[in-house]
Amino acid sequence: MNIIVVGLSHKTASVEIREKVAFAPTRMEKPLRELVGLDDIGEGLIVSTCNRVEIYATTRDIAGGMARIKRFLADYHQIPYDVLEPHLYCHHGEAAIRHVFRVSASLDSMVIGEPQILGQIKTAYGYAAEFKTSGIILNRFLHKAFSVAKRVRTETKIASSAVSVSFAAVELAKKIFGDLSDKTVMLIGAGEMCELAAKHFLNNGVRGVMVTNRTFERAVKLAEEFDGKPVQFEDLFDQLHKADIILSSTGAPHYIIRPKEVEEVIRRRKHKPMFFIDIAVPRDIDPKVNDIENAYLYDMDDLQGVVASNLQQRAGEAGKAEAIIEEEIGQYSRWLASLEITPTIVALRNRFEEVRRAELDKTLATWKDLPQGSEKRLEALTSAIINKLLHQPTSTLKQTGQGGRTDLYVDALRQLFDLSTAQPEEEYAPLEDVDESISAGKG
Amino acid sequence: MNDLLYRITLICYFLATIAYLAFLIKPRDILAKAGRWTVMAGFALHCGFTFSRAMAAGHTPITNLHESLSFFSLAIVGVFIAFERKYRTAILGSFVTPVALVLMFSSFGFPSTIGPLNPALKSNWLTAHTVFAFFGYAFFSVSFGASFMYLIQEHFLKKKKLGTMYQKLPSLDTLDDINYRCLTFGFPLLTLAIMTGAIWAETAWGTYWSWDPKETWSLITWFVYAALLHGRLTTGWRGRKAAILAIAGFFVLLFTFLGVNLFLPGLHSYK
Repeated sequence: MNIIVVGLSHKTASVEIREKVAFAPTRMEKPLRELVGLDDIGEGLIVSTCNRVEIYATTRDIAGGMARIKRFLADYHQIPYDVLEPHLYCHHGEAAIRHVFRVSASLDSMVIGEPQILGQIKTAYGYAAEFKTSGIILNRFLHKAFSVAKRVRTETKIASSAVSVSFAAVELAKKIFGDLSDKTVMLIGAGEMCELAAKHFLNNGVRGVMVTNRTFERAVKLAEEFDGKPVQFEDLFDQLHKADIILSSTGAPHYIIRPKEVEEVIRRRKHKPMFFIDIAVPRDIDPKVNDIENAYLYDMDDLQGVVASNLQQRAGEAGKAEAIIEEEIGQYSRWLASLEITPTIVALRNRFEEVRRAELDKTLATWKDLPQGSEKRLEALTSAIINKLLHQPTSTLKQTGQGGRTDLYVDALRQLFDLSTAQPEEEYAPLEDVDESISAGKG
Repeated sequence: MNDLLYRITLICYFLATIAYLAFLIKPRDILAKAGRWTVMAGFALHCGFTFSRAMAAGHTPITNLHESLSFFSLAIVGVFIAFERKYRTAILGSFVTPVALVLMFSSFGFPSTIGPLNPALKSNWLTAHTVFAFFGYAFFSVSFGASFMYLIQEHFLKKKKLGTMYQKLPSLDTLDDINYRCLTFGFPLLTLAIMTGAIWAETAWGTYWSWDPKETWSLITWFVYAALLHGRLTTGWRGRKAAILAIAGFFVLLFTFLGVNLFLPGLHSYK
């Protein structure tokens, strides 16, 4: 049995193609059932995110299975096959295993190390398990992929740092305040960057948002969006002490917040720390504010510096992650191969036994003047012959089970002796507790 | 037997310190785990040692520098284990276990024979007074570690140097919280130690307070921490200022404990 992967991702297809091929997360039963209904396809699973659509399946016939899945993707989404085909990649064997391990470990993501993908694959596996389209091979395969991803996350620093300016701001805030749940964000001015950062802070559990703007109506509008409180621009310094995190991006040509004001505000706050994030260019906040005790000021350059060094660190960690993956591939493919060994040996033995039995019966039926007890001796003799003959291949097979290349031997034996083996069965393995920190993002 | 326990404890603390210091440089969870287990094993052995020594001597084994240093170290490790469990910050170990190790190692340098008990120490107050004092000291030592970490982390945040160490250190808020928590435990304990000491002095020497160097310096230490606590509660001293004061307080405390015994002769100079 072979594992194959057919799919497309942000690396091979534009968003126009990707959105056409995406599967609706709420209606996975139909495509999954159709997938495993295809000829030669055993088990099947569909991963569909905004950056990739991939099908993992098992098949006896690699080329045929891949072709059928490609055709299925085109037909299901009613896209002309010729349009879709150039964007699709196919992997089998070790390459397929490597691909899935890399995707789960977020090495194939647009932003390397982003944590959503693992949750998305877990969700996809959840559907396949629910509709029983995954079986022993994919169950074990996906569990392995999850544990590899976890290993990569714990043993490397690939996902330990923020790689966007707004995430970097949130991480800094966590290092200053610890818990954000009782913290308030003050938005000064508007702008995409500022709003994005405010959203990140809200997602990370800040208690409330205050918004101020030179045009009060805009402040009101934005405050509504964040379920926050609008503040008159003139009242800024009356209200500033209530804010722990200040996000500023006004179009003002000069500093609007200076050390003198911050000193006063901090005193009013009983020296509780304040985190100023100045996203405006030219800057809104006097850099000297950073020299005040318990005030921390980061401007756009600082944040970008943080992101740049984080990205660099991730790239460095990716090498370590790849090494972990290579190690795990070896382990998994050995297990996969070993699945085939025992049934093959049994089938081979049965085939030999069949021949022996048939020939022996034929001989015994015609050989009339057989001396007393010869029957038993003939029985023993023929058994000994096939045991001797089978001993070497059996032990060779078992040994290769620990060292790879098993599929080669298994396939050769099957074809040479025309063996057919029953597939091993295993109950559906329940999904391990989904790591709380990984949310099944919508991405 | 007793000596063996002591030596194994010392080895455990040594290994734990190495593991925690290595954890500071290499972000491997296994190092933190190794540190945690060895320090806990050391603590268990250390408790065993202290107990068996108390049995052998027939009184609380805090009567000379060897015993005091060892008990000080025991208290620090105990307080550290509690804080580590509560705040889940293994890296605190990198700053606290070295202190415990140094104290334990210094105690090694003083004679460990159990001599006849100094008659002045023969009292039921001995246990209360010394245990209060050393647990108070232990909380202040952990506060010293946390303050030191605070200053480092604050430096990283202010200078925008966000390296591996920055990532591993807990948030400023957590460190400040540990610092404050230590103060709220340590200060009452120190107060109790001074009070029990005064009552004991009254029963032993007939006067509550005799301005012996130990008493004077204990009072100074008490004032430093009282000022810190007061500042925190009223004017909102926190963070950097509080950390610097906690560090200063710790050095005053060290002098009260060691300096007085070694350099200033007085009623408390038990070597």
